[in-house]
Order: sequence, then structure tokens, then C-alpha cells
Amino acid sequence: MADLTNTETIRPGWFSTLANPTTFMRLSGKVLPWLTIATLLLFAVGLTGAFLAPPDYQQGETVRIMFIHVPSAWLAMMCYTIIAISSAGYLIWRHPLADVSAKAAAPIGATFTLLALVTGSLWGKPMWGAYWVWDARLTSVLILFFLYLGLIALRQAIDEPGRAGRAAAILALIGAVNIPIIKYSVNWWNTLHQPASVIRADGPTIHSSLLWPLLVMAIAFTLLFVVLHLKAMRAEILRRRCDALIARHVRGDAARAGTEEAANA
Amino acid sequence: MLDLGPHAAFIWISYGAAAFCVIALALWAWGDERGQTKRLADLERRGLKRRSGQGQGNS
Repeated sequence: MADLTNTETIRPGWFSTLANPTTFMRLSGKVLPWLTIATLLLFAVGLTGAFLAPPDYQQGETVRIMFIHVPSAWLAMMCYTIIAISSAGYLIWRHPLADVSAKAAAPIGATFTLLALVTGSLWGKPMWGAYWVWDARLTSVLILFFLYLGLIALRQAIDEPGRAGRAAAILALIGAVNIPIIKYSVNWWNTLHQPASVIRADGPTIHSSLLWPLLVMAIAFTLLFVVLHLKAMRAEILRRRCDALIARHVRGDAARAGTEEAANA
Repeated sequence: MLDLGPHAAFIWISYGAAAFCVIALALWAWGDERGQTKRLADLERRGLKRRSGQGQGNS
């Protein structure tokens, strides 16, 4: 049995150490410049590949929209999954950094979802003859965009940060049901949207000349998300430090005023 | 200039929208962190210290 009287034997795990905001600020500050450089290099390679790739035999030159549409759609879903995991972490362990992660990811996810919708429309018009159809994939992605907006609005509507975080976390977990619906909508329902062509049990169906720039762009977008998320998390931690300092200062002033009032009475 | 065929406008607008979104997000993320760093430094300059920084003279 562990000797609980000896505090030196109780050490926080690596995850707890990493989740400490001060440690997070130090480590993220160190890795961010390298991640930014890697992101820029991957974008340079990916964009070069995207414009040097041959046109598709069916879609022609419009296939180039795929190199930004598919990674945007991928990020839209990945970002929401991260929000859902962070929200679960916040509700279960009440860890403030999990709440910071969920809050920081929402505007980024909303932007990439909007980008996926816009680029999808611009790809749909020349291919399908319509900017928009109410099929399962497009509708579920539109719902995802509204979920992001709902998360952002909910936080802004509640003044008390703890209550806002819990309410947003519950909404995020309920909305997570939409992620498998988006992913499998093309298999479950008859839809105009093409089925999965990269992540498939029988391998990708895209020609390698188009596949490699797509994968490079997907990694570049993912790294871009990591950089933006870390930056937004750092800003949120600093904001909370400022707010805590001001709140402590206000409480101190109120306590001093109370003491003086009691002394004068 | 690349010849992107009859649908070039759709392709360029897509890439333009992506560039706009990425630049806007980058400006937001960098600007927000910079703003909060300045705000924290300003508060500390005015004598408001974090508990961890008290007694050491910095945070």
C-alpha cells in the first residue's frame, strides 16, 4: 500500500504536468516557431503539387478545388472532435485547460467549416450544375457550422465563465452525434455527393498524381490547425490570467473597504 | 498565368476564399495573443501580481 503520508512519493503523471497552464505556455512557446515553419514548407510543397498535377479525366481543372475543399472538410470534423474530447475532459476532470482548448478551437472550426461549404459550392456548380442541394452530406455539414456558431454564441451569452464552459461542453457533446452522420452520410443515404475516395477499406481510388498533393495539403492544413489552436489557447490562458488578476484586485479592494467600514462603525 | 479552362473563376475564387480565411485566422490568433500579453504586462506594471509571482517580483 502506498505511503500517503510521504508526499514526495506522489508525483503528477506526465499528462497532468503537460496540462499545467504554465508548462503548456513554456512548451507551446518552444514548439510554435518550428511548427509554423513546417506548416509553411508543407503549404509550399502542397500548393506546387496542386497546380502541377494533371487535370482529372472527368472533372478537368476543377479538381484543383479538391486540394483545399477536402482538407477544409477534414479539419471541420477533426476540430469538432477535438472540442468534444476537450468538453468531455472538462466535464469529467474539471480541468481548466480542457475548457481553454474547447473554447479556442470553436472559431477555427467554424471558419474551416464555412470554407468547406463555400469551396464545395464553388466545386458543385461546374460539376453538378448547382451551388447547393439539400442532400445528407451538405445538410449535415451545414448543421455542423450552426453547431459551431451555437457554441460560440452560448459562451458569449453566459457571463459566468464556469457555467458558460459547462453549458458549451454539454452542447458540444450532444452535437458530436453529427460527426459520424457527416462521415457516413454518403454511405447511408442516396446523395449527389461523391462517396469516400481516400480513406477506404480497399485503398484510395484517386490517381497517385492527385493523391500525393492532396495528402500533403491535408497534413499542411492539420499543422495549420495545430499552430492556430496553440496560439488561440495561449491567448485564452493569458486572458484568464488578466481576468483573475482584476477579479482578485477588485475583491481585495472590496475587502479593504469592508474592513475600514467595520473599523469606523 | 495558368490556363485553368472555362471554370478558372471557380478555382481562383476557391483559393482566394481559402487564403482570406487562413490570413484572417492567423491575424486573429497572433493579434489576440499579442493583445493579451500586453494587457497582462500592463496589469503587472500597475502592481497587480499573480500569486505565483508574488515574492519573486515577476510572474
